[in-house]
Order: sequence, then structure tokens, then C-alpha cells
Amino acid sequence: MAYFRSHVLVSVDPVCVEKGAYELIETLQDELVKQGLVEEVQVLETSRIGDPETEGLDLMVYPEAVHYTKLTLDDVPFLVEEQFLKGRIAEQYIRETKRVVDEELSAPKTKEVRIVLKNIGEIDPLNIEDYIARDGYMALGKVLTEMTPEETIQEVLDSGLRGRGGAGFPTGLKWRFISNAEGEQKYMICNADEGDPGAFANRRVLEGDPHSVIEGMIIGAYAAGASQGYIYCRAEYPIAVRTMKTAIEQARNFGLLGDDILGSGFSFDLEVRMGAGAFVCGEETALMASIEGQRGEPRPRPPFPAQKGLWQQPSNINNVETYSNIPQIILKGAEWFASLGYKKSTGTKTFSMAGDVKNTGLIEVPFGITLREIIYDVGGGIKEDKKFKAVQTGGPMGGCLPESHLDLHMDYEALAEAGSILGSGGLVVMDEDTCMVDIARFFMDFTQDESCGKCTPCRIGTRRILEILTRICEGKGKPDDIDTLRYLCEQINENSLCGLGKGAPNPVKSTLEHFLDEYEAHIYEKRCPAKVCKSLIRFEIIDGLCTGCTLCARNCPVDAISGERRQTHVIDPDICIKCGICEQLCPYDAIEIK
Amino acid sequence: MATEVKEGQDIRNMVRTLVQNHGDEKAELIPILHEINRELGYISDEAIKELSKRMNLPSSHIYSVATFYRMLSTEPRGRHVIQFCESAPCHVAGGRLVWQKLQRELGLAKGETSQDDKWTLLTTSCLGLCGVGPVMVIDNDIYGNVTPEQVPGILKNYE
Repeated sequence: MAYFRSHVLVSVDPVCVEKGAYELIETLQDELVKQGLVEEVQVLETSRIGDPETEGLDLMVYPEAVHYTKLTLDDVPFLVEEQFLKGRIAEQYIRETKRVVDEELSAPKTKEVRIVLKNIGEIDPLNIEDYIARDGYMALGKVLTEMTPEETIQEVLDSGLRGRGGAGFPTGLKWRFISNAEGEQKYMICNADEGDPGAFANRRVLEGDPHSVIEGMIIGAYAAGASQGYIYCRAEYPIAVRTMKTAIEQARNFGLLGDDILGSGFSFDLEVRMGAGAFVCGEETALMASIEGQRGEPRPRPPFPAQKGLWQQPSNINNVETYSNIPQIILKGAEWFASLGYKKSTGTKTFSMAGDVKNTGLIEVPFGITLREIIYDVGGGIKEDKKFKAVQTGGPMGGCLPESHLDLHMDYEALAEAGSILGSGGLVVMDEDTCMVDIARFFMDFTQDESCGKCTPCRIGTRRILEILTRICEGKGKPDDIDTLRYLCEQINENSLCGLGKGAPNPVKSTLEHFLDEYEAHIYEKRCPAKVCKSLIRFEIIDGLCTGCTLCARNCPVDAISGERRQTHVIDPDICIKCGICEQLCPYDAIEIK
Repeated sequence: MATEVKEGQDIRNMVRTLVQNHGDEKAELIPILHEINRELGYISDEAIKELSKRMNLPSSHIYSVATFYRMLSTEPRGRHVIQFCESAPCHVAGGRLVWQKLQRELGLAKGETSQDDKWTLLTTSCLGLCGVGPVMVIDNDIYGNVTPEQVPGILKNYE
């Protein structure tokens, strides 16, 4: 490994690439050449650092661990001169973030414990040596030289690790099933088809620490006796696909993949397969169909993949995050892992926070933390200090939980009891301005669209629910709609073939349970309490507040507003399309939604 | 997206080369369809016919696969493809207003291509960029934190 006195980490996640991260790297390189510093300073690509919402680019300099933000390309020459030539921190570019020390970066928020995310932002994902320098592939060495496959399975079983894709099946048990299965060829598959809207933890692991997934898969393959593996990554993640391909190539060059790994006699190779945009492919049987070059339609289980999976051979499928936990479990031991967490859910879980919460983004916390701690302590509370209304957990098949559930301890069982799921760890936080009927309709629109159409309850049932919800939102709800919805939810849940259909009714079921008053207001009073559903609201100009500035009238896309200058304006409700532009523009808050 | 219109012999040659590079195993079908889609902007009948011959698969199978996946198209698309994220986090972050603006600005509804073949307006499933929603992608360019006011300016960047 070449020695550099300084390392510069530049974030190349999709948002930063859009902001010109590669141009920044190029400019940095040019400037380093100009100053004769190329031998001393290394520029590395990493995943996200800093807050993506700020303007300009971010970079980090090590070993000082200084975080520069809001950079433009013009800042680079001066920065290079100050930081690397003169060796002093260019204070003027640390515009928002104060000087960050190493420990703070690795544990950035209170209550976080990082296992899966421990390397993210700390290493160059495209350089295997960086991973190795932080105990990478040590677990693989330990397994191949000191442990039998059975001991490996036992260790994972003892750790209590459960599938992080959402189902929560014990990983060790899954591995034992495939290990015991008869078959010429066994396959190890990584489910990187992270399709749940609002979940992006897997993307960040794939892009930021690809080798942890590869190492976990090799260890699993050794335990299961598999010689070939596939990482099935969704096509919506082009950077993840590229990073994984590079990482696999590097692992192969280091003798960590391929024949006779580390001289142990064990052989295993790995390939990346790309999806093509189908949510249902996250379901394991559909995923395997897609790898085989077919339509990604699920099939009934049993037979389970451990008996008849990919090409009818015994196969094991785990999620990205599950594999990524494995090396640390092997290195630090099952007991250490099991000491983290809560009841039957050991270890940590990543959550992707989105919606109306102040700190959006990825966090990793031990199981057992409460929703309140996640939203208020880690997430910083609700944006603009509005009132919390609901949080939707686990993606489109999860339920919406109201304020009364905020002290719920997060684990697989507690969420299931509350009528939601842990799923892939998506958390969509909603404030008081959200209409829960509209949200239920929205999720149904998604599942209805993504239903593969193979089984009837899911294909037709989700459509019926969507029709009813749309009608309710349009103010045409009927008194028996609520009963019909309940009936449909039950039928779809009980009779669908795969997890998509079984989970599809959850958003409707949970909103019916916790926010029934909103449904009733829509149906009986033709009123949308959150003032979201267009057919149930109207815009009016308040007489005393309107100054007649004409701003709204000039910007109305359908010319629905009339009035003389300096006179109170009027909105014609028959023309108004309720786009809300006037309300946003009015400098005097003179437009009211009724 | 599609840089130039290819036809007949060109398409057949392209398909042949792709099958040579990937091999003719059934598992290669989706990777090959991806590449055809990228080259032509869509998967034409001509391409399906040739692929059927080269891979020894029924055209019906290829067509059923090509129509199953959202990112593969069997219809020609415009020079620029706009994909707007319709997922909940973007929706909650104000995506609805951006989507309305986008449709109004282009005069297109979801799935439509403009008369002059310049634009195709699509929605996409979650791109995992939920921290910067609403998000849209034009060709390969990603736009985050999009507001309705920014839409006309963004569209102006494309010829």
C-alpha cells in the first residue's frame, strides 16, 4: 500500500455526482499535480458525507478529519494551497460544519450503533485494501482456517441474526436448511432489489462498503456448500451495480473469490445480475425467476428455495444487510451480537428516514429503541416543528402508526402486533398536514401497479380497494365503503400468493384502525380534515387581508381569479383547479383553504 | 437515450453481436434486453425477432419478459426520457405539486410521448434518493429537491 500523508474523501453518491463531484475530483487532481503533491495526497471516492441538501460540494480531509462544505470548483486552488501545501486548515471553507473529529464521524448521532454502516464514508469503496485495512476479510480467514461449515452455521444461529429483508427468519436456520439439502450445485444469492419506496440502506451499503456483502456471502457459501453466487441488484441503482462489479473483480484478483480461496480448497464465485424495474422481484421466488431470464413472477412455496431454488437447485437468499452483518458476528462472536438488541431481535437495524422529519437519511440503531427516540432524538423531530401525525414503517406493505404507538419498542414482533412490519426499515414520517386517506390511496396505487397479476386476490383486490379509496378522496364515498374495505383487506391478506399481496392491505387496515375519523369525515361530511383532497376543498380570498396586489391573478394558470388592482380579489370556484399556486404565492396569507 | 435511428440490418447485427458477447443462455436475456433498450431507446419487433432466432427462444417469451419490466419498453420513446419518482417519500415532500407542474409544462400525461418526439414522461419507482425528494431523472441526470418553480429551468437544459 502506497503511503500518503493525507487522504481526501469526496462524496460520489448520486446527488453529489449531480452537483459535480467528478469535476471536483478532476480539479483537485489537477491542482495537486500543479503543486507537486500527487505523491503525498490521495483523493478517494466515498459515499455520502455531509448534508446533501446544502449547496455545493463536500469533502473530508484525513488524518485531520476536517469537513469542508459548500465548495465550488473555484475554491479548490486556495484550499489545496492552504490545506496541503501550507498544512493549515482553511477555516473559511468550513462554512457550516465545525471541525469534526474522527469519533464523532463514526458515531454521528446519539443512540446509534454501527455494525453494518461502520465503514460507510470511512473507506474508499473502490479500493479493497481500504476494507482489508479495517479488519476486512479477517472473518473469512478465520472461518476457512479455524471453523467447519457446521460451526459457522452454529455461530450465526447463536447470534440470533434474523433476515433483514423484513421477514425476520433466523439466518442460521436458513443456512442449515440449504446445508442439509441434496443437490449437485448450490447457490448463494444476495437480494439487493431494494424496491421499497423510502428504503435506501442497502444502496448505501452496496455503494459504500461492497466488500462486507461479498465477505458475508463467501462465508455463507462456505457454510452452505455453495460454489456459485449471484447479487441481484435493481437497475435503479446503477452506481451500486458498478461498485459491486468492481469490488468482485478486486476480490477475485486477491484470491478471495474463485478457485481455492486462501488456499483452503474451497471455491466460490460471484456475479452481479441487474433487475429491470419490477418491484415484485424483491420477493425471493420472483427474484430467482428473473435471474433465470423469465418474467419475475412469484411461485407458491413449498418447495422452498433451500430445496428447489434457482434452476431447481438448493439456493439460499439473504438480504444485503444480513450478509453485511456476518463478518462482524464471526469476528466478535455470537455472544457480542446477541448482547445487542431486544427480546428475540438481536443486533442492530438500519432505518431510512424520510418525509417530514428534520434529519432525513440513514441511521443504524439497536433493536428495542422506541419510535419516539428514533424520530425525536435521532431524527431531530418534525420539520418546522409541526405536529407529528403518523409514521409509516416497513415500506408500502407496512402500516401507519399514530402518536399513541410512539413508545413502541422496535422489533419484528412488536411491529407485527401493532399492525405494521419492520420490512426493509423504511420510515416515512408524516406531519399534521397529511391526509391519511390520501396516503392509504397512494400506497394502494403503488401496490396495485406493482402487483404482478398472477394471483387473483392481489390483482383484482388491490384494484377494488384503490377504486374505493379514490372515490372517497373525491368526495363520493358511500356509507358501506368502510365495511367493504375491511372485508377486502382481510381477503387479500389471507389469499394472496406472496408477501406483496399479503402485505398490500396493511396501509389501509392500519389507517382504518387509527384514523377512522378521517375516513368518516370524507365519507359522511364530505370534508378532508387535512385539507389535501382536492375535491373536498376550496380556495377563498379573505376580504380584510387581500391588498389587491394582483400577484395571484397574474399567476393563476386557469385565470380563475379576478379583481381590480387594490381591490379584494375573488376566486371563481367553477374555474379553479385547486393547484394551490395562489396560496403559496400570496405575501399576505390572504388565501384560505376551506 | 437513442442516439440515432437504426433499422433492419443494423439492428440484426447489433443483436447478433450482443448474443455473441453474452452467450445464448436464457439467463442472459434480461441483460441483453437492457442493452438493446439502451441502444435503440426501446425494444423493437425487429430486435425481438432476431433475438428469438439467435437465442432459440420463442418471440412470445421475449415479448412477455420485455413487457413485464418497467425499465424495458416495447414502444419508441422520445429523445429525452423524464422519470419522475412517484414514491411516498417524494410524495410527502411535495412531489405532487412538481408532478402537476411537469405535466402542465410538457402538456403530457404519464406514459405519453410528445408529438415532436422530444419528451417521454414516465414515473419511476423509488430511486433510493429519498433524503433529497422530490427526485426526477432526465436521461441520466438526477435532480433532487425539485420545486415546481425549478421545472421550466431544468427542462430548458435539453435540446
